[in-house]
Amino acid sequence: MGSRAQARFSTQGENLERVASPSVAFPFYLPGDDPGPSFAELLRRTGGCPPAPSGPIDDVTHGTTVVALRYSEGVVMAGDRRATSGNLISHRTMEKVFPADRHSGVAIAGAAGPAVEMVRLFQLQLEHYEKVEGVELSLEGKANQLSVMVRNHLPAAMQGLMVVPLFAGYDLRRGAGRLFQYDVTGGRYEESDFATNGSGRLHAGTVVKLGYREGVDRTGALDLAISALFQAADEDSATGGPDLVRGIYPTMATITTAGFERVDADEVAARFRQLVERLSTPEGTASTGATPTIRGGGAS
Amino acid sequence: MTMPFYVSPEQVMKDRADYARKGIARGRSLVAATYDDGILICAENPSRRLRKISEIYDRIAFAAVGKYNEFDQLRIAGIRAADLKGYAYSREDVDARSLANNYAQILGQIFTHEMKPMEVEILVAEVGTIPEQDRLFHLLYDGTVVDESRFTVLGGEAEAIAERLREHYADGLDQQSVIRASTVALAGPDRTLGAGELEVAMLSRSEERRAFRRLDEETLTRLLA
Repeated sequence: MGSRAQARFSTQGENLERVASPSVAFPFYLPGDDPGPSFAELLRRTGGCPPAPSGPIDDVTHGTTVVALRYSEGVVMAGDRRATSGNLISHRTMEKVFPADRHSGVAIAGAAGPAVEMVRLFQLQLEHYEKVEGVELSLEGKANQLSVMVRNHLPAAMQGLMVVPLFAGYDLRRGAGRLFQYDVTGGRYEESDFATNGSGRLHAGTVVKLGYREGVDRTGALDLAISALFQAADEDSATGGPDLVRGIYPTMATITTAGFERVDADEVAARFRQLVERLSTPEGTASTGATPTIRGGGAS
Repeated sequence: MTMPFYVSPEQVMKDRADYARKGIARGRSLVAATYDDGILICAENPSRRLRKISEIYDRIAFAAVGKYNEFDQLRIAGIRAADLKGYAYSREDVDARSLANNYAQILGQIFTHEMKPMEVEILVAEVGTIPEQDRLFHLLYDGTVVDESRFTVLGGEAEAIAERLREHYADGLDQQSVIRASTVALAGPDRTLGAGELEVAMLSRSEERRAFRRLDEETLTRLLA
């Protein structure tokens, strides 16, 4: 093909860099100029990547606590449903746990807008690779791809739009569930048993750490994740607990050889009710004091 | 200095078309047919690695015969166009018709302006939620688009194969019958094709999102037995 076909059919990324949505002209490239199986690279060429903000952005919507842990058959992922903006609750039914592809999932904490966008791009990146190359990426390869995306997001993170995902999947080649945690610079850390992220990560992490047993079964893993989210919501104002009034419960999913499967909302609700019943007994609840500390202004 | 010979435009087009047709006829053919649960694409292809049929998008598949490097370039461009469009708008906005138009434009452009035409015939298939919405777009080397409704054949012996398929084909066949009909049509009267010589994939209507599925050799052997 000569340069004429190229000029007419490929998109000219340089002129479109400031356009927020990609040019949808037919992306036909010459072999030497081919963007390869990467969707992110293709998007960059076609001008679909928005520029990083030039100044700090305050009070954006934030997603809060997510938990992932390994169990005998694979991995459990869970996330609360609350999104906050400063001290206000901006959304009660946010989803933070998403399938990345058939055998992996991603859970997000941080600035909600860019985080959901990152998930969307990550899903497409994996699917695009699979379709172009005819084979799936290895789990390791997927984890590395996400690392690059978090790293590329760093300029926006510096302006307050921080996004830190958790990545988990079932490694079909190794026959085991695996977990990856990230930091804001794209650092990738594989965890052996569990990982937590978001504002409630300390409390959730402690609960999982104390309750975790090697080879825990599905029921045990789900209950542990539920307990972790409940305790995180109990201590952290930005983490949403189970909303019994509206019937909103955390999103949970398992990833096994059968792939990414959402745990049925009814099952999550039932497990939460059991937890609340257990905690409602006098022995089940730790209290910070039997009596109020201030009584009648302390005058007489 | 020698003067270039005058060659009439008719002759140029005819030569190019003959060239492309000859290239396409060297390869083996491919059949696509609708059945009760979707669209079946069946190609004669002894290779397990170099594929003629592949997935483009949730409900769209691509199949081609002819020169491998040329149709593979088109296949990847189609995946890119579909993924970009789905990302910019929504997954529902990606359709086979606009993709077929894009392919027609580029094939037409190359046929008239480049040194040599592409030696390919391609198929863009889209499965609908009901059989009436199934689409089969058959594109020729010069950008001609043929909109087929029940089945179509790509390749050198398309006429003969289509004739044989017509004898065994009926609307609303089940999966096994349509695979058998396609295989018999591809093979012709003098030979039979085994699972090892076929590449079979389908777009199944009942699938929620990604409808494309390949049949492995084991399943295919069982269905053909």
